[in-house]
Amino acid sequence: MRRFLHFHYWLGSLAGLLAVTLSLDAAAARDFTIASWGGATQDGKRIVYFAPFAEEHGIAVQEGVYQGGWGQFRAIQETGERPWDVVSVEPAEMVRGCEEGLFKRLDWSQIGPADRYLPGVVHECGLGAFVSAQTVGYNAELIGDTRPTRIEDFFDLDTWPGKRGILDRPKPTLEWVLLADGVATKDVFSVLRTPEGVDRAFAKLETIKPELRFWTAGAQPPEWLINGEVVMSQIFSGRVANAKKEGRPLEQIWDRAIVYLDYWVVFEEIKHLDDAYAFLRFFSDPRRQVEYAITQLPYGPISQGAMELIPAEVAAVMPAGDNLATAHWTGSQEDIDFWIDHNDELTERWNRWKAQ
Amino acid sequence: MLQMTSIRGTPGGRRNRFRALALIAPLFCLIVAAFAVPIGAVLFYAVDDREVSTILPRTTAALAAWNGRELPPQAAFTAALVDAGEAYEVHTLHRAAERLNHALPGFRSLLMRTGRAAARLDHEGARAALVTLDLRWGKLATWRTIKSSAGPFTVRYLLAALDLDLAWDGTITRAPEDRRIYLAFLERTLTIASSVTVICAILGFPLAYVLAHARGGVERLLFYLVLLPLWTSLLVRTAAWVVLLQREGVVNGALLAIGLVREPVPLIYNRFGVLVAMTHILLPFMVLPLYSVMRSIPRDQMRAAGSLGAAPAAAFVTVYLPQALPGLGAGCLLVLVLAAGFYITPVLVGGASDQMLSTMIAQFALGTANWSMAAALAVVLVACVFLVLPLYARVVRLERLRVA
Repeated sequence: MRRFLHFHYWLGSLAGLLAVTLSLDAAAARDFTIASWGGATQDGKRIVYFAPFAEEHGIAVQEGVYQGGWGQFRAIQETGERPWDVVSVEPAEMVRGCEEGLFKRLDWSQIGPADRYLPGVVHECGLGAFVSAQTVGYNAELIGDTRPTRIEDFFDLDTWPGKRGILDRPKPTLEWVLLADGVATKDVFSVLRTPEGVDRAFAKLETIKPELRFWTAGAQPPEWLINGEVVMSQIFSGRVANAKKEGRPLEQIWDRAIVYLDYWVVFEEIKHLDDAYAFLRFFSDPRRQVEYAITQLPYGPISQGAMELIPAEVAAVMPAGDNLATAHWTGSQEDIDFWIDHNDELTERWNRWKAQ
Repeated sequence: MLQMTSIRGTPGGRRNRFRALALIAPLFCLIVAAFAVPIGAVLFYAVDDREVSTILPRTTAALAAWNGRELPPQAAFTAALVDAGEAYEVHTLHRAAERLNHALPGFRSLLMRTGRAAARLDHEGARAALVTLDLRWGKLATWRTIKSSAGPFTVRYLLAALDLDLAWDGTITRAPEDRRIYLAFLERTLTIASSVTVICAILGFPLAYVLAHARGGVERLLFYLVLLPLWTSLLVRTAAWVVLLQREGVVNGALLAIGLVREPVPLIYNRFGVLVAMTHILLPFMVLPLYSVMRSIPRDQMRAAGSLGAAPAAAFVTVYLPQALPGLGAGCLLVLVLAAGFYITPVLVGGASDQMLSTMIAQFALGTANWSMAAALAVVLVACVFLVLPLYARVVRLERLRVA
């Protein structure tokens, strides 16, 4: 009886060890994996890009969720693991990962030529993923008789009393606050580079601080606007467009919209490099980008010839054309340089200011 | 202890003792491998400061004897140029740049720019070359930052977590008033955690009493009602409170309908919402230990106290309460420790002034990738929780605690 017990005890330990080894092995031999921002944008990408790509190439495609910032990449650097092959990131992270040797310098013979793409979406380590925008949204039924038209109105508590939703991070919110304070889009970083400029941005925010509600997930602002939790909110343009499609009375103003360009990047030292390039080729087909804009979220394509295929009523709610007449483009070299140096410091100040 | 002595005393005791140890060995190894080592390793980030001296070895060596009062000698400039160039080539410079940027914002771009340019700069006249490349190389603060980051250990991050500044020469000062933040976060975290604990105790005690004294079907039903929330994801429960408490939510709708209020009341995105949601999530952790202790209290004692002339209230205070106290203590301890680490609930249902220390830790760990600061704040939080333990031990005599 005792020996029997012993036998089982050691067998159990052995099985445990084996399980651990096997799971490590499984991790090493994982399927081709693409990571994106999760939520609604990733659901759309799955339908239009990931699933059809998997089917066409006869491979399994796994997905990961990138939460923004550098934390997950730092973990990847520290451990040397490669949980993902391809991920979509913001320009500052792309440049940083490129310089730090985390992301591959792309071989354009595999996905080029570069002039297949719109100007500005091709970088040595990244291929534009889509153009999205952050506008100011409001609920047409609850806003009252006067509708806001300019971002200055966001700070006008007399005409539009009530709470405001704002993106909970300094980048690029401080830039946008300076725009609302009368700084021209080309001067934003020369102002923000001075301590007085940073003070100015925070002072401007201070004028509406008691009314501010901070959001972290793109799904929050439409929810708040529909429920009357806030009268106005910074919001991703696609969220407004989709809420309207569902019959919700949301509207947005395009005045000085913040425009983001996300990039697909490919990790160094991965086993699925061929799949990664195949995916980028698959993605670069303008018809798929058009399909994404029409059926999923109306965000801008990056391939030449795609915009022309998009119906006018869809283009009207996209970050494109006249909507971007006064837009503030993020992702310039100046922008990247500034935030790579000052994001830590200003994030700390942002948190301090919020808590005070 | 008694058992151990008796095993030792019998023949073959040594073998039995070995067997006993072998039996707990897997559990022990699991705890060490899955908890102690990783947590220790993460907390070690708070004091580890070897990166800069590993990546810029010549520079930190050249600055070792430097007094820090005037610009360092030419050799230090040359060393910085050589180090930066070499580290840039092998993709390690960014790690040093990141650490130095924690101490002096802007250092990242300065060092990376230097690394990029190193190959084409004049190594003979390194001083002039570097200052021409970027004026900051001519500033004392730049060199002092490198000198004070030479490691191997630093208390800078731990001090920063307590709103203290560590100057390059080792003097410690309080951070200027407009830069103090973490102590306030710590205080708020402990305030919220203890408020939730008190509310849970007030709500949980009668609930556990009813549960312990109910019988049959009623008891089972009540028990499921208490356990049910535990089987639902924390995120779902938090989201449910958003639906209930928001401006157009169920609660406000009911209040408006019965005419108690004219305008919707702000129930969420403030401290009230945080306390309600956290209390709901943590209540089972108060009720379960209380319940198990209360069940073991013989009912006859209360009747006996009554028949001996004690009024119900007096009987409760002198007979029942002291016996239930260990359960209350265990419940409070569990709730307090869990509440102190809460993160997602305050983010979703709290306002700007209801965020807890864990939010900061998450932001450092995931957002800005400053793991040293995340670890330092975690150390402070863990230390605070540990400080509470002896306090509890005194109040409820921890050694008598029976949870199971």
